[in-house]
Amino acid sequence: MKGKDGRMKQVKNLVNITDLSLKEIEYLIKIADDIVKHPEKYNEICKHKKLATLFFEPSTRTRLSFEAAMLEMGGSVLGFSEAGSSSATKGESVGDTVRTVGCYVDVIAMRHPKEGAPIVASQVCQVPIINAGDGGHFHPTQTLTDLLTINRCKKRLDNMTIGLCGDLKFGRTVHSLIEAMQRYNNVSFVLISPPELQVPDYIKESLKNSGTSFKEVQRLEDAMPELDVLYMTRVQKERFFNEADYIRLKDSYILDLAKLKEARSDLTIMHPLPRVNEISREVDDDPRAQYFYQVLCGKHIRMALILYMLGIDPLEKWL
Amino acid sequence: MNIDGVKNGYVLDHIEAGRAMEIYDLLKLNKLNCCVAIIQHVNSTKYGKKDIIKIDEDIEIDLNVLGYIDSNITVNKVRDCELLEKVHLQVPSTLKGVIKCKNPRCITTVEQEIEHCFKLVDRDKKLYRCCYCDSEHVAR
Repeated sequence: MKGKDGRMKQVKNLVNITDLSLKEIEYLIKIADDIVKHPEKYNEICKHKKLATLFFEPSTRTRLSFEAAMLEMGGSVLGFSEAGSSSATKGESVGDTVRTVGCYVDVIAMRHPKEGAPIVASQVCQVPIINAGDGGHFHPTQTLTDLLTINRCKKRLDNMTIGLCGDLKFGRTVHSLIEAMQRYNNVSFVLISPPELQVPDYIKESLKNSGTSFKEVQRLEDAMPELDVLYMTRVQKERFFNEADYIRLKDSYILDLAKLKEARSDLTIMHPLPRVNEISREVDDDPRAQYFYQVLCGKHIRMALILYMLGIDPLEKWL
Repeated sequence: MNIDGVKNGYVLDHIEAGRAMEIYDLLKLNKLNCCVAIIQHVNSTKYGKKDIIKIDEDIEIDLNVLGYIDSNITVNKVRDCELLEKVHLQVPSTLKGVIKCKNPRCITTVEQEIEHCFKLVDRDKKLYRCCYCDSEHVAR
């Protein structure tokens, strides 16, 4: 994107979690923690700044998280919550939409059903673009949320065993979390899924290339005792090839208190939400259940990210 | 079979047998008004059989397209009936506007003006990924 002087303007964008270095992630986590320690410092830190939430497909949870984050810092929010309310229905391109909205606001969070749409947007937009999900592709702010939750619960992001359970084939949150966590030392994965829903080969290759240890198991019970973190995802019936396999395996992917008997006392249970029935309601009151705390972490890390994208450094030149 | 030599232009040699028409289409050689010869299944000491394309005009050839199709192709540049340069190709690290992404969920499928773009991620396997949606594409 060219600035008014005709020179190329450097704009920060977040399309994929790997756009952020480990140092930048550490910085965002520090800001998120500072927000909890000194909330008064952040009440008006974004005064007169505007965030646009451009949601070309509905996602109440992510949109509200972004909006709550900006409002909590004294900023303003505008945008749309479905493509039907935008010029996309008139055939306007993604590039033209963000270029127009970029004239009104300081930062844009966008969700789009088509994969790669945020890349197209970031190529033409004069303000930072945050990818709030593009189809089944990337969802980096969910990954940042997961990293902050793990860091807050375990006080570290290295030296741990993470169990990922459920639909590991189509689950983008799982793929991004693996991509992000394999950059830390001594992290190993236990991939718990039916054969039909195992992680794609390219993810396994990436794990092998980075020297990350992992194993694949079919039953959650078998993996439980060694886990520091258990990340649950939903197993959808329509993903199975036949009814018999679904009936045989479905209970293995529902977490209840009986399955938790073999788990460590300091296990952290996470879920990107919304959940359907993959975590029994009886688990909600267990101190190891952190999936609603994860939602709160999502707001904190989005606050930190918005500040970073706006070039506001509340920790005063920490970077 | 006798085919005239090239005066000013190119001889694309060592094309894998049977793939000359694919190259003809991708380089849009049908748009040229000059003499273009496609010679198929020529005996080759190196490959057994090969195809050859002769183009008698000094055009701009997208070497990335050729390298993507077959990096074994040799591009002989001819000027005044003399061999001016022999170019050996490489598998290109990026491909722009050559192949289309087939992922129906990719943004390029709905926004026609976006140039299709692929980046090479594994040279040995000739594995490319779409610059937008990361879908895999393996070159033949």
